[in-house]
Formats: sequence, C-alpha cells, structure tokens
Amino acid sequence: MTLDPVTLAVLQGRLEQIVDEMDATLFRSAFNPIIAEAHDASHGIYDATTGATVAQGSAGLPVFVGSMAGAVALTIDAANASGGPSEGDIWIFNDPYRGGTHLNDMKLVQPFFVDGDLFCWLASVGHYTDVGGSVPGNYNPAAVESAQEGVLIPPMKLRDRGVLRDDVVNLIRSISRVPVNAYGDLQGQLNSLHLGTARFTTLVDDFGATTVAEGFSELTARAAELMRSRIAGLPDGTYSLDDHLDNDGNTDELIQVALDLTIDGDEMVLDFSRTSTAVAGPVNISRSTAIAACYVALKHIFLDVPANAGCLEPIDIRIPDGSLLDATWPRPVAGYTETILRVMDVMFGTLAEADPAISNGSSYGTINALSIAGAADPDNRWVMFTFYGGGLGGSPVSDGLNHGNAPLSTATIPPVEVLEASYPVRYTRWSLRPDSGGHGEHRGGLGAEYEIELLDEAADVFVFGDRARVGPPGVVGGGAAATNDIRFIVDGKEIVPDLGSKAIGVVLQRGDRIVMSTPGGGGYGNRADRTDSDIERDLRLGYVTKTEQ
Amino acid sequence: MTNSAGIVIGIDVGGTFTDIVKVDEATSEVQIAKVPSTRGDEASGFLRGITTVVDDVSSVSAIVHGTTVGTNAILERKGAVTGIITTAGFRDVLEMRRRDRPSTWGLWGQFVPIIDRDRRFEVPERTGADGSIVEAVDLSAVRQRAAELLDAGATACCVSFINAHANADNERAAVAAVRTMWPNAHVTSAVELLSEIREFERTSTAALNAYLQPVIGDYLEHLELSLGEHGFNGSFLIVQSNGGVMTSTAARALPVRTALSGPAAGVIAAAHLAGAAGHHNVITCDMGGTSFDVAVIANGATVTSAQTSVDFGLVVRTPMIEISTIGAGGGSIASVDEGGILRIGPESAGSVPGPACYGRGNDRPTVTDAHLVLGRLNGDVPIGGLECLDQDAAVDAIDRYVGHPLDLDTDEAAAAVLRVATSRMAGAIRLVSVQRGHDPSEFIAMPFGGAGALHVCGLLADIGLSAALIPKYPGVISAFGATIADTRHDLVQTVGQTVAALSGDDLAAKLAAAEEELRAFVSDADLVFDGIAVRHELDMSYVGQTHTVVVPLDDVDQIDSTSVLHAFDTAYRATYGRTLDSIAARVMSARSIIVGRRPKLQLNSSARETHSGTRSAAVRREVYFDGAWTSTPVLQRLDLPTGWTAEGPVILEQSDATIAIEPGFRAAIDDHGNVMVTTT
Repeated sequence: MTLDPVTLAVLQGRLEQIVDEMDATLFRSAFNPIIAEAHDASHGIYDATTGATVAQGSAGLPVFVGSMAGAVALTIDAANASGGPSEGDIWIFNDPYRGGTHLNDMKLVQPFFVDGDLFCWLASVGHYTDVGGSVPGNYNPAAVESAQEGVLIPPMKLRDRGVLRDDVVNLIRSISRVPVNAYGDLQGQLNSLHLGTARFTTLVDDFGATTVAEGFSELTARAAELMRSRIAGLPDGTYSLDDHLDNDGNTDELIQVALDLTIDGDEMVLDFSRTSTAVAGPVNISRSTAIAACYVALKHIFLDVPANAGCLEPIDIRIPDGSLLDATWPRPVAGYTETILRVMDVMFGTLAEADPAISNGSSYGTINALSIAGAADPDNRWVMFTFYGGGLGGSPVSDGLNHGNAPLSTATIPPVEVLEASYPVRYTRWSLRPDSGGHGEHRGGLGAEYEIELLDEAADVFVFGDRARVGPPGVVGGGAAATNDIRFIVDGKEIVPDLGSKAIGVVLQRGDRIVMSTPGGGGYGNRADRTDSDIERDLRLGYVTKTEQ
Repeated sequence: MTNSAGIVIGIDVGGTFTDIVKVDEATSEVQIAKVPSTRGDEASGFLRGITTVVDDVSSVSAIVHGTTVGTNAILERKGAVTGIITTAGFRDVLEMRRRDRPSTWGLWGQFVPIIDRDRRFEVPERTGADGSIVEAVDLSAVRQRAAELLDAGATACCVSFINAHANADNERAAVAAVRTMWPNAHVTSAVELLSEIREFERTSTAALNAYLQPVIGDYLEHLELSLGEHGFNGSFLIVQSNGGVMTSTAARALPVRTALSGPAAGVIAAAHLAGAAGHHNVITCDMGGTSFDVAVIANGATVTSAQTSVDFGLVVRTPMIEISTIGAGGGSIASVDEGGILRIGPESAGSVPGPACYGRGNDRPTVTDAHLVLGRLNGDVPIGGLECLDQDAAVDAIDRYVGHPLDLDTDEAAAAVLRVATSRMAGAIRLVSVQRGHDPSEFIAMPFGGAGALHVCGLLADIGLSAALIPKYPGVISAFGATIADTRHDLVQTVGQTVAALSGDDLAAKLAAAEEELRAFVSDADLVFDGIAVRHELDMSYVGQTHTVVVPLDDVDQIDSTSVLHAFDTAYRATYGRTLDSIAARVMSARSIIVGRRPKLQLNSSARETHSGTRSAAVRREVYFDGAWTSTPVLQRLDLPTGWTAEGPVILEQSDATIAIEPGFRAAIDDHGNVMVTTT
C-alpha cells in the first residue's frame, strides 16, 4: 500500500462529499417532483477507462448505485468511436439496455481532465416525467416494444468542448409531453455536473492527481476486501430459490425468477440460469439493471459495504444471453421495478438460507404504479400518477415495518390532501390492511388499503402492479404475505383485472371507485416461536384479526 | 420582565449537564455555572442550578428556559396515554406516515406510533378538498368515542380531520364537544395548531402536542411552584424551536413548539454574538458528546425550516431554526473496518458510559480519547464533575482498536482519529451550506459546545472558511441564548393558488386576521417589549416545482397579483440568479410572524468584566501537533485581556471548554471577549 490510511479515509470522505453535494444540487433545482421530492436521481464518479463506480451519492435512488457503471461504459464506447472525449464534452442519453433502468432515466455523463489527460467521469441521472411513447408517464403494461414505451435517445453530445448544443436541448424538450419539466430538470443536472467539476478540481489541487488516482484503486481494493470478508463469514454451499412474477402484462403466465447462490470461501456466485427467458411484455430488465439489483440487495444486508465497484469483484453474476435479465433492444423494460424487486426477493431468501441472522422476509414486492387520466374533456386533461406502499419483511430483530417504501427506492407517497386538492378524486379509505403480513416469529409488516372515488365525469385508469398471484414469501420458516388485490367498482359492479394487478384503459364514471389492497411483507422465523405478548398485541391492535391465520 | 435593569437567568437543561447563565443588567456582570442534570427529575437539577448563581431567587426578574424534556419524552415514548379522533377511513394516518423507512440502506426496524391503534377512533364526517362539507360530523359519535378514550385511560386527546385546513367547521364542532366532557385542558385540535395542508404532518404534530401536554404541563407547573416557594415572582419564559421565547402558560398549551428548544437558543446566541462582533455570515458548529450540529446564519438571519423529525416517523411541523446533525461528537467511537478503513461513528459512547478515559465501562476509543492522548485536553481538570480522566485507558483503547489494525503508533493513531473526525464535520458544514446555496468561503465558523473549539483549526483548513469566532462561554451558549432571545410566534395558512387566480383582497384579509390573532397572543403574554413587529411572507414556486422560495411582503395593504409577482421575481432572482418568465407562479402558503423584541443586554459588557492586563503564569505542556510533540503554552482564556494575540501552538483553557490553536493559526481576543482564529 502506498497511501497512508489517514489520507485514504479522508479521501473517501471527500469523494462521498462531492457526490452528495451533486445530489443536493439537483434535488434543490429540479422541476419535477419525482426528482425533487422522491429523489429518483443519482450522481457518481467513475473510472476513466472501465466506467466502474468509484463513488456514488448516498441520497440518490438506491438502484442507480451500480447501474450507472453501465451507462458510463456506454459513453466511453461512444466517445472512443468518435475520436475520444474532449474537455468540456457532456453526453446525454436514456438508452436503457446498456445504460440501465428505463427510458425515463436521463443520463448525463462528463469526462474530467487533469492536465489534458482523461482522469475520470462524472455522471448525473434523473427520472424525467415523460419521454413520449403511448402512455403518459411511460408506464405501459401492454407494451411489446421499446417504441411504445417512449423515445430512445442514444449517446449524443449535449455539450461539445464547452458549447451547449441548443439542437440537443430542443430535442430533449420536444420528446416530452411536459417540455417545461424536461428543460428544468436538464438545467438542474447541468448545475450538478458544474458543481461536481468544481469540487473535484479542488480535490485534485488539494491532494494531487497521483494521490487521488492511488486512492481510487486503493478504495476499490478495500471494498473488495471488505466484501470478501463478509462472504467468508457465510457457510459454504449452494442455496436455491424460485420466485415468480405474475405475468408480463400480455399473457397470464407466471414468469420464473430463480437464483442459485453459491458461497465458496470468500467468493460468491449468483447464478440466474434457471430464470425465464425474455418475455414479450415490459418486465424485462437489462443486464446492468440486474447487476444493480443484486448489488442493492447486498448493500441492504451488508450495511458497511461502500458504494463502489470493488464490492462486486468477488461476486460472479451469471445471466444467460437472452434471459429475462438480459433485455436487449427492442424488448420493453418500463416495468423494470417489479423484476428488480423479484431479484432482490430471491437474494434475501437465499441469503437467509445461508445465514438466518443476516437477512429478512420479502417486502411487498410491487410499486403499484396507478395512473388515472381524466377523459371527460379533451381540452382539460389531467393525469394522476402515484406509487403505493406495502409491508416490509420480518427481520431477525423485529416484525416488519408497516406501510414502507420499496427496497429499490426511498420515495415517499404524497399526502391524501395534496392529491385531492390537485385532482378530482376522493380517498374514502387510507388505512393499514389487517392480516396482510406473513406469519412468523417476527411477522411481516402490513400492507395498505386505499379506496379512491372518481369525482370527475369520466377517467381511464392504468395500473402496473404484481404479486397478485404469489404473495411475498417469508424466510427461515416465516409465512408468505397476502397477495396484491386490485378491484374496480364500476356502476356498482366489481371488476377484477384479468392479469391480476395489471390493467389498461379501465373506464370509470363519476362515483366509481378503485380499491387497492397491497401485500404485506413476508414473515421471519417459525410462528410457533412468536411470543404470547406479541400475539395478544396483534389481536388487541387489530393487526391480526384471526387467531390462526 | 421589565425595561428596568434586573437579573436575568438563562437555563438550559441538557441530557448530561444543566447550564446556567446569570446576567445582572445593572452591573453587566455575567456568571456561568454547570451542574449535573437530574434525569427523570429535571426540576431538582434546575433549582440547584438557579441557587448556584443567586442566593435570593426573589431578586431575579426573569428566568428563560431551554428544555429537552419534551424531546426526551418523545424519544423514550414517555408521553401521556393519548387518544385520537379522526375521519372515517383514516385512523392509520399516524402509523402509515408518508410511506418511508428508517434508513436508505437496511430494511429492518419498526415504527411505534405514539398513539396505539386501539386508541385511534374514527367518526363519520368528511370535508372536501375545496372546503365543502361532504358529510357533517356526527357529534354523538364524537362524544361516544371520547368517552371510550377516557374509559381506556387516556389523559390527552387529539382531534384531526381530513381537509380541515380547507374548512375547519367539522373539526371545530368535534373539538368543542370533546372539550366540554374532557376532564382537563389536554385536548389538541390539529387545525387550531396548524392550519396547513398535509394530513400526516398536521396530525403527527397535533398528536405529539397532545402527547406532551400533560408531561410539559406537570413539569412546568412543578417548576413554577418550586420557584414560587423560593420567592420568585418574575417572568418564567420558555425557548421555542423557532428561537423565540413564549410564556410558560403558552408552552403548556403548545408544548410541541419546544421540541428543539435548547439547540435553537444556541444558534440565537451565536447570531447575536457574531453580529455584535461585526460578522453576519456564520456557520455554527455545536459539538457535544454524541452529535455535531450545524446551522447557517446568513446576513444576520437564522434559517428557518418548516418541520423536522424528532425520531423516525415522528414529524413536528412548526417553524424552527434549521439545524443539521451528524453523529460525530466527542463520544463517537473510532474503528477500523475489515477493509482497513478508519471510521468515526456512527456508534457513540455518549456521556454514559462515555469515552474510554471516563473509566465507566467503555473500552473503545472515542474522539475525546484522541484529544486526551495528544495532550490537547487537560486530563487533570475535566469538565462535568469527573475527578480526572484516565490517560492510560485512552492510550490502550487507541492502540488496540486503531493503532494495531493500521500499524500506527499511539500518537499517529490518535492524530488519524482527529483528522478523520474533523473531515466528517467539514463535510457536514459543506453540505449544509451547499443545500442552502451558500459558498462556505464567505462564512466564518462559530464553534461551541464542550468540544467544538478543539477542532476549530482543522475545520478552517479543511473547508476554507475565512475565520472562526469562539464565544466567551462556548460551553453554556444555549443558556446564554435564552437570556437574549426575542418572543416569536408564527402562523401559517395554506393558499394554494396561482398568482393569476389570486385575490389580493382575500389574501389581505387572511393576513390581517392572522396579525390580529398573533397580536392577541403576544399581548396575553404580559411582557414588556422594546417593540413589536409583524411581518408576512409567502412561500411561492413556479407551477411544477415543489421546493418553494420565501417571498417577503413589504406592504400588505396594497396586495394584488402584480405586486405579489414582482416580489416573487425579486426573491427568485436573488436565490437562483434568474427568473423563468414563461412559467406561471403560484402561492403555496402564507406565513405571518410576530416578533416582540426583548430588551437587549449589553453584550460587550461581558468582555469588560475580564481582568485586564494580567496574564496568568506561563504553564506549558507537551501537545502533539503536525506529527510532533511540541512544548505548548497553556493559558487561562478568561484571564486574557482584550487585544491579546498569539500564534499557535497554544492551548486556551476555561471551565467549560478547551481551545486548541494549532501551528499556522493566530488567535486574538476581540473587544467583545471572543477569540478570533485566523490562518497566519
């Protein structure tokens, strides 16, 4: 080791600081609430030649930690194909196949130079409100090709040697149904890169480029070492689990997500070979997204693992070509969240088999993206777009959290009063869903019941959910949680979607209702070990209504 | 309090110590004291503190109190047995929160609401988002539910209805019904407390208020009785989270406003002390045993935030001084992870068992241990009633947990702990200033708390701040702030209209009503003020944005769309450097603020009280700076005269804090008794 440990620790703090400041800058100046409030964005610093993550902000969306490395690698290829990057360049794109996640996530990637040599990359990603396609907000459960989901932008130069290209800015505005938001968010991302460049310049001035470069490789090596020591603490063996997505939004057939996790000394193999091949509907994910999902699950379990590429060094992730987890153009990917959550569920399940003390039951496993589009007046259209919550899994220390957010995200839900003030709807119920947590020594957290009444003359409803067929499983003997249950009350009659919790274009009239009962979390441990006082408390507080559910 | 000179006592009851500052306005004499807090029976520590500084309590004209009793009751879930009555379909709002989780990484943990589900009752009623009454409240159901709550042993009750901010009729009727049958005054109406949109935040704030009413009520009543028995007949005031004070009567009705009382007083004191010394851009750094609290003072004004979480899911929405906290205090534990990286915190030894050198059962090294090992702290004269600090225990802890894993000797290991800790604090300062859009280099630091001044030079070097100003009594700054804080109340109302749709007359009427309510509140307080001022602000944004800017309204008699838009443009340009003219602006809410200015102490008088010209005999000790042990002068800070100056290394000691001036830095005592630290 050439760097002293103190400099290394300080350098690590400074790098994390820079990316945290970049996050804060975008959150503060973004126009759309998905970035400003739900923090569906991320910033990072990446290796000059490989694009591997060196540091990533702590406040951004967890799933970007990892997937952005693919985005930077794509930029590196694009730059090299056109004579290499120059100082002052910035690339922009939303390609979800190599860039990760889905079309709404706009990536800006900028080279950083020291004395004329490429030193590293800075990048910013944020979820734009709309990028064209056939459904506002781009959550189309019936899509069978990318073009139906939105406009795909390959890597283009947004800024060329310091000159911002107005033609590209205009393109970004013009593909959106809400060009003002697109423009405002783009400016916010440029602000973040500007600040990141200034802070990184100071860092290099303070420490010298050589020391910073040594720090990069040393931090990556340390992260790998830390991960190896965590893996070595797990018993050798292969742990296997199958779970399922309800369907692909087109054909009502279960889709298998299966993992064989092998611990061998200080190395880990995550073998997804038994997972389904790619499907027609939008629940495919790209390879970089799948890797990010594994990484996020590991980071939820091993809390001290830093956000850099070294953590994945001792891990061999096997995904066959053509898999559900290896989507290539033009496979639709808008529902990537559901598949990420399923990958994380099998990660938690297999890790719990390896060591019951470190893992937890599955969370509710679906984001239930609900879009209500006012259809009464074509000149006065409105779209209410919201994600809903559910229970988290029981853990070695306690019951699961009631009504939490999905493990891939840190987004919160808007208040009822804000939704009602903004859209012609009334919530007639917003409560916990009793009996929805999986049983166990530590019960899964409860899902929720939401009832929404339409106050406008007419509206079309779209919903993208999952877990209607197979409830979130428990671990270490814990039970599965209740399944997702979405119904529409139309003219007094109850309609259950054919595809469970996926539906498009359900027509509601004034007074019709949507009733959503979301899954809880899977249980942890055997229910026989649950204490009498916990059982009594569950009944007294109405979390559980049946003595032996 | 009166305008005539008297004795004012500021008293801050913290987790470990109760700090007292006595100011005699006639003689300008300042006296400070620190006594151990008495957890669970805060009143006895409080009275011991008062009697430490005055023989005759009847000579005191005002006692101003910053308290963490409310915060502690919340954190330890020791509030009253409370019930809630709410709209049908919404009993679980408190428990469902805003669908968040305790931390970004890691999915474990639970949320225990302060009101159990079997004391959360629904009644038929509904108000629409537009204020229309969809269903009138069923008052017989309200009465029945209230009776059931009483039967269940509830001593406090909260009423919170959906959309009550748009029309409070249903909720007011229900609250009136509950109050007629409730046996005490502990009934909180959410909309009375906070007439703002967002049901979770409003309900959470109101539920916490009800939960605290009996606790704070009993506590303050006990204090008042005891003070009365000692002959006290002056004003008894409580510091609020917004940095203003209120009467103890008001505090009993609105206890939730005391949630961050103590830290807020510290920031108020810092703003005053820095302002008096001519500095108006200040970042305060309060380092205690477990945390490092940072606040920004820009152009002389503290920054107010709309809400905070006392703990996960326990949101208090009431204007308060914005203070950011990271877990890096004197008790933060240093460790080396399996990857070989040195970390400070987040684990803390707190004040009990405390650092290894306290010898109370913790053997892991803390930041304080590193200071002791390097000679920066005087182990023979520790603060806080300990006999002396155990140097050997500190050395053992540093060696075992930091030195050996990193192959460093004791001194290098301790220096590494300090460098990493300082770097974390610097990061917190940078982040706070960036989030507020400030450039740290335009600010000075004001470190206080027992440990803040030990890190001052490292922070200056790391962040590039222009200077640091260490107040005369850095260890009792919150108590000092209590003696100078103004009276302040805020009232927020939801507007939710675009500027184009705004009726100037309606808005003016709203603001006038708010002003009337605020003036009545302050005149009820039975205090004498130098002046009372009311101001109004709007929270505005462009349609589509969710973060707002604060728009001051200069002339509320002449409000119309044009004047509001002009004021918004001015405020937005000041914040972001441009306006977005093609996008509509809207008013989210209106805030009215009343400030009753309390008579100000002569702040610089406290500097005159020092002995001038006498310099204590030069004591020296070996202190480790920049990789070497250096014979370093150790001076008694309060003995140093105005105009004294020296270059580091030098250690300044006083009873409540230690200041380390490192080589490459210069210290000087200014006209106000502050130590000014700059790079040489």
